[in-house]
Amino acid sequence: MQAIESKRARPLNTNHAIANAVKDLDVDVISAYPITPQTTVVEKISEFVAKGELEAEFIHVESEHSALSAAISSSVTGARTFTATASQGLALMHEILHIASGLRAPLVMSVAMRSLSAPISIWNDQGDLFNARDAGWIILFAHTAQEAYDSVIQAYKFVEDERVLLPAIIAYDGYLMSHTIEPVVTEGREKVIKFAPKRHYPYRLDPQKPVTIGPIAPPEYYYEIKYQQVKAINGSLPIIEEVDKDFEKEFGRGYGIMECYMCEGANSLIMTNASYAASLKAFLPEFREQGLKVGLLRLRLYRPFPLKKFVEYTSDIKNLLVVDRAISYGAPYQGPLANEVAGAKVKEGLGFNIISVVAGIGQRRMDREDFYALARMAHEGGRHEETVFYGVRE
Amino acid sequence: MGERLLSYKEMPIGGVIVNPGNSLEYKTGDWKVLIPKINQDTCIRCRICWYVCPDNAIKELDREYITNKGRKYKISYDVDADFCKGCGMCAQECPVKAIEMVPVEVE
Repeated sequence: MQAIESKRARPLNTNHAIANAVKDLDVDVISAYPITPQTTVVEKISEFVAKGELEAEFIHVESEHSALSAAISSSVTGARTFTATASQGLALMHEILHIASGLRAPLVMSVAMRSLSAPISIWNDQGDLFNARDAGWIILFAHTAQEAYDSVIQAYKFVEDERVLLPAIIAYDGYLMSHTIEPVVTEGREKVIKFAPKRHYPYRLDPQKPVTIGPIAPPEYYYEIKYQQVKAINGSLPIIEEVDKDFEKEFGRGYGIMECYMCEGANSLIMTNASYAASLKAFLPEFREQGLKVGLLRLRLYRPFPLKKFVEYTSDIKNLLVVDRAISYGAPYQGPLANEVAGAKVKEGLGFNIISVVAGIGQRRMDREDFYALARMAHEGGRHEETVFYGVRE
Repeated sequence: MGERLLSYKEMPIGGVIVNPGNSLEYKTGDWKVLIPKINQDTCIRCRICWYVCPDNAIKELDREYITNKGRKYKISYDVDADFCKGCGMCAQECPVKAIEMVPVEVE
C-alpha cells in the first residue's frame, strides 16, 4: 500500500474522496442522478454547492440519460463538467456514452461499479462497466480511495488536453470501495488547479465563431470521424502516462498505467483490478511465504489498453490467471478481460497459459481463503479449457 | 462528385461544422427517379405546389409568361433539381394537372 502521510490524511470513503476531488478541481457544472452505490458522491457534491464551498451549477435531472446529455452540452460550451453513476444508470446512459466520445466532450464520470438487473442486485460486480467498454471512453480503475481522488484530478488534466479531448470514466468497486473508509490526503483547490488548470473545449459555443455541434455525417464523412476517435484514444496513452508522472512529481503519488506487484520471482500472475487488487496486495506477502510464486498484475488503465506494459510484465511468466467480475455470455471465454488477454497473447506471440476465472458476481463474498484458492490455481497452472466460475454452487 | 474529400486529419474533430451555412452545399436531390415537369400554359399560378413541397424545391420566379391562350402572368414556377427528391406531392396536389412526373435523364 502507498504510504500515507498520516497527519494530513482524512478518513473518507471512495465516494467522498471523489466528491472532494470535484470540489478541489473547481468543476463548473455537475449533472447527475443518484443511484446506489454512487448516491453519496452527488449528495456530497450537492452539499458542497449548497454551502458555497463549490461555486457550480448542479443540474438535477430526471434520469441518467438526461444526466449525461446535459453534461455533454455543458462540456462543449467550455464548462468543466462532471457526472457520476453506476449499474442501471450507466446502462441507461449507453447511447449517450457513444455520443459523448463521438462529440469529443472532455468530461469526467465516476462509476461505482455494480451488477446489472435482472435479477435486481444493488451489490458489486463489474457487469455495468464492461458493458460500456466499447463506447470510446478512456477508462481507469482505481484500487484505493486515494487513487480515486488522484485519478479524477489526473483525468481532467488529460481529457482537456487538445491532443486527447475524450471523456473519461474513473471506475471503482461499489460498496467494497464506495462505502469503505480509508485514509485520503486531499490537496486543496489551489494546488489542484495549479496542476490541472481549466482548458476548454476548442469549439465551444461562441457567438463570434458560430459552429454546429452534433450534425449528421453521411457515408462520405462518418468513417473518418470514427477513425479520429481511434487515433485519439490510442494517442492518449502516452499523455495519460505523462500526466501520472507529472502528478507524482507534484504530489508524491504516482500509479503508472499498469502495476506489477510482487512480480519479482513470480512465475504466475493474477490479473485483476480495483478492490480485488487491494485485497491481493494485503494477502500476497503471506501467500508468497507459503510458497506460492504468484504476483499481482493490476489493471489501472483499461482503455486504451496498455499493451506494451502488458507484454513487458507477462513475457516471461508461465500462468496468467485473469479474474473477471463480469460475464460475456456465450463468448469463447466468458470473462471479457480473459478474451482480450487471449487476443493480446496471440497478437504479441506470448507464451503464458491463460486461466479464465469469473468471481464475485453480484458481490459473492471473496475472503482471504478464496484469494488463496485463486493464487494456488495460478501457481499450479495446468490447462483450463473453460472459464472457471469460482464459488458457484453446482 | 469527383472533388477530393478531406482526410481524417483535415476534418475538425467530432464532426463539428466550423463553416456555418454549409448545408447549402449539400445537394439532397441526387437520388430522385422522377422529376416534376410544369406545364406553364396549364398552370393557374395557385401556388399550391410551392406550399406542399417538403424540400422547398419549387421556385417561384419573377418571370413573365404569356400562355398560349394569351393570358399574361407576372410569375412562373420552376423546379430546383438540386433539392427536389422526386416525391411527386406537387403533381398529386396540382388542381389543374399541370405537373407531370417524368423520368430523370441520367447522363
